[in-house]
Amino acid sequence: MAESGKIDPMHQFAIEPMFGTDHLAIGGYNIAFTNSALWMVATVVVLWLFMLGGMKRELIPGRWQVAVETMTGFIDNLLTANVGPAGKKFVPYVFSLFMFILIANLLGMLPLGLVGLHPFTFTSHFTATGVLAIMSFAIVLIVGFWKHGFHFFSLFVPHGTPLPMIPFIFLIELVSFLVRPFSLGLRLFVAMTAGHVLLKVLAGFVINSANAGAGFGLTVGLSSFALMIGISALEMLVAVIQAYVFALLTSLYINDAVNLH
Amino acid sequence: MDAEAAKLIGAGLAAIGAGMAALGVGNVFGSFLESALRNPGAADGQQGRLFIGFAAAELLGLLAFVVSMILIFVA
Repeated sequence: MAESGKIDPMHQFAIEPMFGTDHLAIGGYNIAFTNSALWMVATVVVLWLFMLGGMKRELIPGRWQVAVETMTGFIDNLLTANVGPAGKKFVPYVFSLFMFILIANLLGMLPLGLVGLHPFTFTSHFTATGVLAIMSFAIVLIVGFWKHGFHFFSLFVPHGTPLPMIPFIFLIELVSFLVRPFSLGLRLFVAMTAGHVLLKVLAGFVINSANAGAGFGLTVGLSSFALMIGISALEMLVAVIQAYVFALLTSLYINDAVNLH
Repeated sequence: MDAEAAKLIGAGLAAIGAGMAALGVGNVFGSFLESALRNPGAADGQQGRLFIGFAAAELLGLLAFVVSMILIFVA
């Protein structure tokens, strides 16, 4: 099912243990080093190199330093605009989150399959994005209760709510608050999954139509290939937008925790 | 009706949600452009809200995708 000929568009999401660590376990839990973990390490290495090149603190910045300072300044502005002066403290977290997701999304788009090295987009797994979302949510809860104590619950009752409406509004606001980590993680995961499935389905069209003969190959195959190029460009945009949206929503939730309403 | 056929029909119907999300996302950016061209000075300050609206509209389309994927692969 859901196959185009012999090409299975879901195979790219298979998690496989690497380097013979299939049965590595701690306390009965398998901790094999998977392709997902490998690409997380690759993401961290790329991010580390990117930052290393731009943290020389020269008075007259070179190109690399300008690139790094643009990114940090961007997140700094985002937090100042959404949280206010108290947002400065959260710049390291939101910046790490943004760059990690951005680089992970972009690394997953690299056409390394041509040289036999298949990129794995770990942001297309709910386990990875869910943990990132839970981290953001945990920070919101910890900061909220730390700063405001049980007064944090006033977040669920907007100002000027009529007395008889308070129980209902409280319940609705509570549910919408508790759904946040799911919607945050789900958005990133599904956006990446959907784009990659779409690209692989189109790639399946190209291969199967070329196999079906020159007529099909030139009509269906070439038009699918042109569409793939366009959708790859769109996916680059989605990779950036989803990382931005994740950082933006995290900063909005932090704003709720820091400033209540 | 065969249960397998019903699943596939349901997955196909979930694709309607993707089209509806397309309307929503188009409406978000369309309205933004419409008002941004009337008052370009205020446009840059509203980009955060633009992307919040985009994210909210897009999430519902992505949920439709999740529903169809669950119907095909899980249910």
